[in-house]
Amino acid sequence: MTLLRVEGLTRRFGGVVAVDDVSFTVGAGEIVGLIGPNGAGKTTVINLLTGLLRPSSGQIEFNGARLDSLTPHRIARAGVARTYQNIRLFRGLSALDNVIVGTHLRTRASFAARLAFAPAVRREEAEARETARALLARVNLGQREAARATSLPYGEQRRLEIARALAAQPELLLLDEPAAGMNPAEMDVLIALIRSLRDEGQTILLIEHNMQVVMGVCDRIVVLNFGRKIAEGTPAEISRDKDVITAYLGEEE
Amino acid sequence: MFGESVRQLMAINALLALSIYLTLACGQLSLANAAFMGIGAYLGAVLTLNAGWPFWAVIVAAVIVPMLVAVLVGLPSLRLRGVFLAIATLGLGEVLRVVIVNLRATGGAEGISSIPVKTHDWHLALALAVALYLTWRLRGSRMGYAFEAIREDETVARTMGINTTRYKLIAFVLSAALAGLAGVLKAHLFRAITPGDYGFVQAVDILTFAVVGGSASFLGPALGAVLLTALPELLRSNVLRDVVNFEAGWQTLFLNGVILLLVILFLPNGLVSLFTRQWRRPTPLASEPATVEAT
Ligand SMILES: Nc1ncnc2c1ncn2[C@@H]1O[C@H](COP(=O)(O)OP(=O)(O)O)[C@@H](O)[C@H]1O
Ligand SMILES: [Mg+2]
Repeated sequence: MTLLRVEGLTRRFGGVVAVDDVSFTVGAGEIVGLIGPNGAGKTTVINLLTGLLRPSSGQIEFNGARLDSLTPHRIARAGVARTYQNIRLFRGLSALDNVIVGTHLRTRASFAARLAFAPAVRREEAEARETARALLARVNLGQREAARATSLPYGEQRRLEIARALAAQPELLLLDEPAAGMNPAEMDVLIALIRSLRDEGQTILLIEHNMQVVMGVCDRIVVLNFGRKIAEGTPAEISRDKDVITAYLGEEE
Repeated sequence: MFGESVRQLMAINALLALSIYLTLACGQLSLANAAFMGIGAYLGAVLTLNAGWPFWAVIVAAVIVPMLVAVLVGLPSLRLRGVFLAIATLGLGEVLRVVIVNLRATGGAEGISSIPVKTHDWHLALALAVALYLTWRLRGSRMGYAFEAIREDETVARTMGINTTRYKLIAFVLSAALAGLAGVLKAHLFRAITPGDYGFVQAVDILTFAVVGGSASFLGPALGAVLLTALPELLRSNVLRDVVNFEAGWQTLFLNGVILLLVILFLPNGLVSLFTRQWRRPTPLASEPATVEAT
């Protein structure tokens, strides 16, 4: 079943066509890699998918409904969560509080009910806290609850952002270069985490530069170059593709 | 140790400080509190003097009307960020002043004097208790977390499903309610009001309470208000009296300015940061586990 369908997606910035007539789909339960050299338009695609940017043209369909004219919070409510290439944690909050904010879409309690000390509110708050704790443990940050988010080492901050996004229980998780700045040990933790998410049926669109991560976890890969899609296929197909090798893999040599 | 009127003024100023705390907690630098206070004060005075409403009904009106104005003003202006919102909300105060000066019912530039004293200490205590309760319960609530997320990073908050427009408006409207309440209580306490009472100086005073006290916790602004209200009185009554002739007036402004400067330079998170938890550096994890625990 197709969860996300992107059709002719285009975004211009002045004269620059950052995303140029890109089409692809992501099936439910799939892990799709979105790769390409720096400036290829990957982050712009994610910004378009989450409503932070409006497409110049093209369509985004999620669960059969159009997303491309919705505000970011409605898109999130529809089931899309993301992380950021340049980590954007809530700096003044603890690791646990960052994840608790992520449960916003999974909680209901009104402030009026809290003023009245309604038992249902207390129960919901305790549940949100437990959910957040479990997610921190899941990304190996169980001992970091009370630490200020931005005091954590880089790799831990990246995992904390993933935990915060997961707290919304999204149908589609968008990860923008989650391995950037990680050492090999942290990268192994990340790969194991993404695999365990896949085993639970989590759908992921993964932007990543690191080929070990991309080849290790993706079912399918979409390759962008100068805003255009130049290839699409399984990791094995992509690693043999001539255009991709010249445009992307060749660049790394 | 303070005279009655100083204690009453402390309560009023603490209400105003909690009013600006609500918007600051949501990351909005709004300076509309003085204007909302003016609306509460003038509306209250007119309803008491000209319409003969009972005091409880006057209070209700002086709380609700600023909230309605906040909805009308907030919808367009809360799109503005940082200093632009501050300027726009100061503009509201100017508009209000011009309206008051030109209406007959509000006594023009002379203002209204001889408002009957109707505010008793229990009114002040109750109002302050309600405001403290409201702001205390905010922390840790779903809405409180949404406020914090917006204050930290509004864009990220939006992509996490937080309806930022709605929460910013709620903060602005609740803030207006407390300011209106402070306005009506003060007018029925000190009996005279003039259009100039609710302008730039009052707006900056309210902000000063929050900056000096610190806005990380609701206790900060309340503390700032109490201290800054008490200080001129303390100086007036002790030995310093012999050194400087400390009259209320420009000296108070000067003193507030000096304190504000000192706090910004040496205690950027306000006085309350002396009492609240400091962040510790995390110790490195003993060993980075190589696998992910299943949950
Ligand atoms: N907000 C923006 N304003 C102007 N140009 C932008 C903006 N965002 C991205 N671009 C441009 O679009 C192109 C694609 O950028 P980006 O999507 O960040 O690439 P990638 O994530 O693949 O490295 C770049 O040329 C970049 O300079
Ligand atoms: Mg990018």
